[in-house]
Amino acid sequence: MSEQLVVPTMAECMAKGESPEYLFWVGCAGSFDDRAKKITKAIVKILNYAKVNFAVLGTEESCTGDPAKRAGNEFLFQMQAMGNIAVLNGYEVKKIVTGCPHCYNTLKNEYPALGGNYQVVHHTQLIQELIDLGRIKIEGGSFKGKKITFHDPCYLGRANDVYEAPREILVNLDAEMAEMARNRESGLCCGAGGAQMFKEAEKGTKEINVERTEEALALNPDVIAVGCPFCNTMMTDGVKHFNKEESVKVLDVAEMVVQANNL
Amino acid sequence: MISTIVFILLVIAGTAFFTINALKVKRNIYLGKDLDRKDNSSERWKIMTLVALGQKKMFSRPIPAFLHLFLYVSFIITQIELIEIFADGVIGSHRILRPSLGGFYTFMISFIEVLSVLTFFATIAFLSRRNLLKVPRLASRDLIGWPKLDANLILFAEITLICFIFMMNGADEVLYSQGLSHAEKIGDTTSLGFSISGILGPILFGGLSEHALHIIERIGWWGHIVMVFGFLNYLAYSKHFHILLAFPNTFFSNLKPKGQFTNLESVTNEVKAMMDPSFTPPAADPNTPMRFGAKDVTDLTWKQLLDAYTCTECGRCTSSCPANITGKLLSPRKIMMSTRDRLVEVGKNMDANKGEFKDDGKALLGDYITAEELWACTSCNACVQECPVNIDPLSIIVEMRRFIVMEQSAAPTELNMVFTNMENNGAPWQFSQADRLNWKNE
Repeated sequence: MSEQLVVPTMAECMAKGESPEYLFWVGCAGSFDDRAKKITKAIVKILNYAKVNFAVLGTEESCTGDPAKRAGNEFLFQMQAMGNIAVLNGYEVKKIVTGCPHCYNTLKNEYPALGGNYQVVHHTQLIQELIDLGRIKIEGGSFKGKKITFHDPCYLGRANDVYEAPREILVNLDAEMAEMARNRESGLCCGAGGAQMFKEAEKGTKEINVERTEEALALNPDVIAVGCPFCNTMMTDGVKHFNKEESVKVLDVAEMVVQANNL
Repeated sequence: MISTIVFILLVIAGTAFFTINALKVKRNIYLGKDLDRKDNSSERWKIMTLVALGQKKMFSRPIPAFLHLFLYVSFIITQIELIEIFADGVIGSHRILRPSLGGFYTFMISFIEVLSVLTFFATIAFLSRRNLLKVPRLASRDLIGWPKLDANLILFAEITLICFIFMMNGADEVLYSQGLSHAEKIGDTTSLGFSISGILGPILFGGLSEHALHIIERIGWWGHIVMVFGFLNYLAYSKHFHILLAFPNTFFSNLKPKGQFTNLESVTNEVKAMMDPSFTPPAADPNTPMRFGAKDVTDLTWKQLLDAYTCTECGRCTSSCPANITGKLLSPRKIMMSTRDRLVEVGKNMDANKGEFKDDGKALLGDYITAEELWACTSCNACVQECPVNIDPLSIIVEMRRFIVMEQSAAPTELNMVFTNMENNGAPWQFSQADRLNWKNE
């Protein structure tokens, strides 16, 4: 499959005198985490299929600084941010799409104060727009009649009030949507945010991802749909905790669109 | 005549004590750092109307929302009756509004009485939820001691107030129906005919002597007004302050996306100076000691301190906190309660030292809130979303993390490794930046 992916870099585009419409911000998880890399490729397949004119920063991309900011290291965050802004502004980037809600939130909300002003969308928002424009035809395919529940990423949902874009995509898959009791505004965190992904949890009686996965599994879903590489890790671990990985898949909305349409 | 003097003295004393205490609270809140929340006032009025006046966010949990609504509406409407009590108290009249308002008066008091009965049962329900049913968020360890007593005292005070209202109206009903009321002197002998006390009055006080009825009516009348002033003065010491502060607190809500953390300007200046040698940072104000993040309450903003006084300890934040749900030490409600406790302590310290804070060797961080609580937060914003009066516990947690990381260099070891990786390879893991596009060909 990989030979089909067309992934130009901003540097290449600039050399050719082109300015792509979107910068695809891949993010650290999307670049390095084996599971998240599959999501990255799924997003690229969709962008390629819909003929979206995009490019990536490639080796010029660096962490947005989100984990540093949430952990309280404002110095490190701002150094990362200013470095990235210098690169982004150098390429005169206007629109950014990203597969990571943490990158999305940081780029959209926290970069403007440091001189980085971009129109930032989450990949589910862009996919939904492409569906609306008829640039992707979405059909149920393998998900027809399957039961799907969507886990809201905190940094897409509560943090930025984006609840419907991923759901509207899933509805198009002809699947049976089931909502967990704690959804949308009252969705429960997967446990990864606020730099928790990178440290052991404090002493408690239960892991947060186990609590959340338990809630999802109670619906007997075929798929737990996610929109964040970190939620994906946490929910996948949760499903493994309950030994359900054979019957329940944890998939990013982008992967589902690709699978359903055999892109 | 004597009663008029006593009444006026009560009003003056009650108002004066409240004013003194309210000014102290105001002074304490303004110990916080500056923050501009004056923008976009039309949006702010809208939020205040919906969230504080309209109780919008309460209704995510319908049962307590309706119970609370009875108390709230009842509280507001009863203020109308209070106007009459004031007038009667000062002039020495009796039910001064009745002759001029006529049938509307009967309707209004009857309406208040119906609400008072609903409130009575709502209060009983609230007491049971706390003390018998032990609803988890109302019986948690956050509330051991004074907070639990405070909550129960408020509910008992409400029941007492309602009892006074029905003593006053019930006894007066009987007096009126017998043509014995105070109002006889002003030529009014028609019965009152209120919805509840019209029935309750004769049942409870029907057989009593005129003298006893007058005493009961007066106990009710004086009890009512004394309770009102007692309650007003209790507010400043209690979680019940939310009945007033909910309004300014929602007005000054954060209007930005919840995921957006504040930008530390002082850090921006340093980072800019580091990255660009030609950049000269603006001169720092020598009067404000430079500190990154928050160690004590005075490092927080006035809005965060207003949040602390506004918190009514309902615990919706804590009951939706993923860390708390899974048994971690963190409780967003406790973050707010600790902030207020420490602020009150700082205020008392200032009072005792002629308005100057004398170092007591204590701080919000460490003595009130531990690092373990702060590091358990996932920054998911559930607490912020849940709060019915738009309190933001997360912003305090983040400020204190900033202090731990930037001033104490005391981040958890794993996070220090993350920081090092980010500095060296631009990713939280040990992968080289040069490998960032490898996924393309894998």
